Amino acid sequence: MNTHELTKQAEINRKRLLEIVYNAKAGHIGGDLSCLNVLTALYFDILNVDPAKPKDPDRDRFILSKGHCVEALYVTLEAKGYISKDVTDTLGKFGSILSGHPTIEVPGIEVSSGALGHGLSIGVGMAIAAKKDNRDYKTYVLMGDGEQGEGSIYEAAMAANQYKLDNLVAIIDRNHLQISGNTEDVMALENITERWSSFGWDVKTVNGDSVADLDEAFRNIDFNNGKPHLFISETTKGKGVSFMENVAKWHHGVPNEEQYKTAISEIECRINEL
Amino acid sequence: MKACRKAFTETLLEFARKDKDIVVVTTDARGSVTLGDFATELPEQFVECGIAEQNAVGISAGLAMCGKKAYVCGPACFYVARSLEQVKVDVAYNRTNVKILGVSGGVAYGALGATHHSLHDIAVLRTFPGMNVVLPCDARQTRRLVEMLVDCKEPVYVRVGRADVPDVYENDDFKFEFGKANTLLEGDDITIIATGETVYHAYQAGLNLREKGVKARVLDMAFVKPLDKEAVLKAAAETGKIITVEEHSKFGGLGGAVLETIAENPVPVKVIGIPDEDVIHGNSKEIFAYYGMNAEGIEKAALEMLQK
Repeated sequence: MNTHELTKQAEINRKRLLEIVYNAKAGHIGGDLSCLNVLTALYFDILNVDPAKPKDPDRDRFILSKGHCVEALYVTLEAKGYISKDVTDTLGKFGSILSGHPTIEVPGIEVSSGALGHGLSIGVGMAIAAKKDNRDYKTYVLMGDGEQGEGSIYEAAMAANQYKLDNLVAIIDRNHLQISGNTEDVMALENITERWSSFGWDVKTVNGDSVADLDEAFRNIDFNNGKPHLFISETTKGKGVSFMENVAKWHHGVPNEEQYKTAISEIECRINEL
Repeated sequence: MKACRKAFTETLLEFARKDKDIVVVTTDARGSVTLGDFATELPEQFVECGIAEQNAVGISAGLAMCGKKAYVCGPACFYVARSLEQVKVDVAYNRTNVKILGVSGGVAYGALGATHHSLHDIAVLRTFPGMNVVLPCDARQTRRLVEMLVDCKEPVYVRVGRADVPDVYENDDFKFEFGKANTLLEGDDITIIATGETVYHAYQAGLNLREKGVKARVLDMAFVKPLDKEAVLKAAAETGKIITVEEHSKFGGLGGAVLETIAENPVPVKVIGIPDEDVIHGNSKEIFAYYGMNAEGIEKAALEMLQK
């Protein structure tokens, strides 16, 4: 996809995300919206994945370590052809295969996750396996910024450096908000760049509110530099729905009917302009 | 006499020479697990994580998700506490082909104290869907267990001790099936069910009781999960009295599993293990004696039960 198509796809996914969260009456909409551009760029232009070959040993791996934002992954997998609309529409219904966090029951999902601070270690394991087997696939791990409080992440960061995992890409969805408020008030993370650089990672900051910028950044990764890669994706929590942007209560809020209509109308406006 | 941890790593090395997908992961524990030879001979199949159990278990899951047969090895006390969430989510919930070898389990570290004891591991791991829990009793059985595990794709927790242990099985001519108990002694007066390194003591107690005219059935319940319920129900029906023995808290381990199994048709059960208290300081032999987990204690418990 070119950047225009990617931008449009992100808005289409955003609209579908609002639909499924509104219908299920549950979801982590704020973080879903902030990381949706990353998912769109990865699944529609970067990852070597094919819904027809979900177990291809050479496929790229994606781990949603911030598992609570699974609704954004569901709409991405639906748009990519892994799951049908019928399945996605069961979100929130009793007995659905779709949980409020990723499970390997769902086609296209590599790892059952949801407890924070697990994804990067699993990603390190996958990246080590690729090196041992001389396979060229890459492993991508999407973490939250609030998630950076989990100590296990820094164990994984050390190991990725130790094993020179330049086939591993971590992304922090830096939306600056966690449940209780601003990350810097809850437990300060800055300076993230210096912190991760000191762990031996190749760190870059990217405007995560722009699919085009994300796509360009991912396309330019040097997979032979001997260092694991971290992208700090600077985003806006609730991105793309005016009244949700930068408001902590939308971490797991559900819009009422009026709010839903307003949100859909905003997104449709942008889709029509694209 | 041989330590089960040594039997485990020696056997695993034999298989790993022929199968490059076998990968050992550890946490600065190659000495205590006895992985020195493995690390030296097969460095490409060895992943050192430093002192970071959470990361080691997560890495093992990631390796397994990409087709590796991951064996994460280190002290039982840390893997089933510090990294418990990774065991629950990354290994059990994800149904990854990860084998967790917990060494120096129970009170094997003796006087090192409560931080290094693992007396909760069976109880906790039994509640994780998808997890199997097995405690081999001697070197021969451990070897057979490894032979079984290399072809098993399910998550398995293996708990062994630290010291050399006497042989329960004196030659290789014994059956050992996944989820099946072994009957070491036949008898109809009472049944002693033991797991792991307490099996030897249960067996000795059974032999001593025999000299006193008591025919105790002795079961080696290496697999606490899946538990051989048929053998337990049969023992309850045919002998009417059961003693369970484990190097574990009296809560929720083998004793709990046996009691759950016979709850609908109960018979008297005596659970031998560690009570709800901080373990007395001493070496493991002294601790076994203090809590009645050795042959003498088991024999005494059986005679008391038979007098009632």
